[in-house]
Amino acid sequence: MQGLGIDVLFKGTNMLRLLKGLWVSVEISLISVVISIVLGLIVGVLMTSKNGALRLLFRSYLEVVRIMPQMVLLFIVYFGTTRVFGINISAELSAIIVFVFWGTAEMGDLVRGSIKSIPRIQYDSAYALGMNKFQVHFYIVFPQTIRRLLPLSINLVTRMIKTTSLVMMIGIVEVLKVAQQIIEANRKASPNAAFGVFAVVFLLYFIVCWPISRFAVKLEKRWV
Amino acid sequence: MGELVKVKHLHKEYGRNVVLKDIDLSVKKGEVVVIIGPSGCGKSTFLRCLNGLEEIQGGVITVDGLPVEPDKKDITKIRQKIGMVFQSYDLFPHKTVLENVVLAPVKVQKRYKDDAIREALVLLDKVGLADKKDYYPRQLSGGQKQRVAIVRALLMHPEVILFDEVTAALDPEMVHEVLQTMLDLARSGSTMIIVTHEMAFAKAVADRIVFFDQGEIVEETTDVKGFFENPSTDRAKRFLKTFAYE
Repeated sequence: MQGLGIDVLFKGTNMLRLLKGLWVSVEISLISVVISIVLGLIVGVLMTSKNGALRLLFRSYLEVVRIMPQMVLLFIVYFGTTRVFGINISAELSAIIVFVFWGTAEMGDLVRGSIKSIPRIQYDSAYALGMNKFQVHFYIVFPQTIRRLLPLSINLVTRMIKTTSLVMMIGIVEVLKVAQQIIEANRKASPNAAFGVFAVVFLLYFIVCWPISRFAVKLEKRWV
Repeated sequence: MGELVKVKHLHKEYGRNVVLKDIDLSVKKGEVVVIIGPSGCGKSTFLRCLNGLEEIQGGVITVDGLPVEPDKKDITKIRQKIGMVFQSYDLFPHKTVLENVVLAPVKVQKRYKDDAIREALVLLDKVGLADKKDYYPRQLSGGQKQRVAIVRALLMHPEVILFDEVTAALDPEMVHEVLQTMLDLARSGSTMIIVTHEMAFAKAVADRIVFFDQGEIVEETTDVKGFFENPSTDRAKRFLKTFAYE
């Protein structure tokens, strides 16, 4: 094990620290994901609105989010706002704001796409059966939208979890940062630690994301 | 016998494109009216106007004495009197066959679920699909789907049923089973308005033929046999010729 440098994780409380770091990542993603899904549902419905100005507004929002690297957004919110607006936002809150800003746009677009993908004939045949607008949406459009949306949004969730590794850039000690600290501290004793520790980090991300992505595949098979 | 569906001076346009010009048509209870005509002549649009799926720009449509007006609240009441079967893909993919057919009777007409299911099974059995009741639409053939769609419309106990080219998207071997179901319906006294390209079927099922061309009724006759042998207008003659091979 000396060769791979995994041994450093068994020194002191290193492994526990790494897991705590992982929890920080998961916590930030979890909070962001939940808020993004709720807001994304609303934004997605608004994106299908007949109001052109509203559509343009959300379209631009989506484009901004897609063009801006998440790291730039993080820097603007964390470093920028403090100076300009004189408000002091904690790193964790900054991270959540940025991830929600991003997640809501992406989720909204997925919702919009899912709603739009329901063929016109589904509405027509539901209306032809005498259903009112509410019934058409509640019994026909909404359930089909959710089925299309679930696998797509789960992919977004795993992407968000992975991207939380960026938050160490604004000083949050999450799993990747802890890994770096452990490697730094043991540079002399086990110079190979970089490989072993990062490999374990990789494994941890995998353990978190893999079940989620398997779940998506399962849903896709059952519903599409 | 009273007139069930009455259309007076129906005018329909999309922007400046006039699709239906001054259409007059009445359908009696129990009558089977078959509408034929070249593609794009407005016959499908006409059917969609009848149950308020399209806005109209002029004229009056009444069904069972009630005016069909898409924006009015009681349009849902009128639509319950009008069954409609579309060209394809109109079953709800997330629901089983049985759920598809009982959904509207239970949720819209507030009938007891058990009663609706019992009746649904009888009707599904009639079209030979009782054993498929728990299947999803994707597990059915095109012809089976259309028979389910017909049962779904029937279960609402409509006064009149509209058929919009229901066999146009089917493989030839599936066409027959669907048309046979419709023929049985016609013989049982249902009021039907059918848009179709199946001329042999039109001849067999129709009490009256209405020939549409360029948004107008060009020819209308109860002499169904006579129409197919020797239509009185040139446009109908030309149209029927496109189905003949020499």
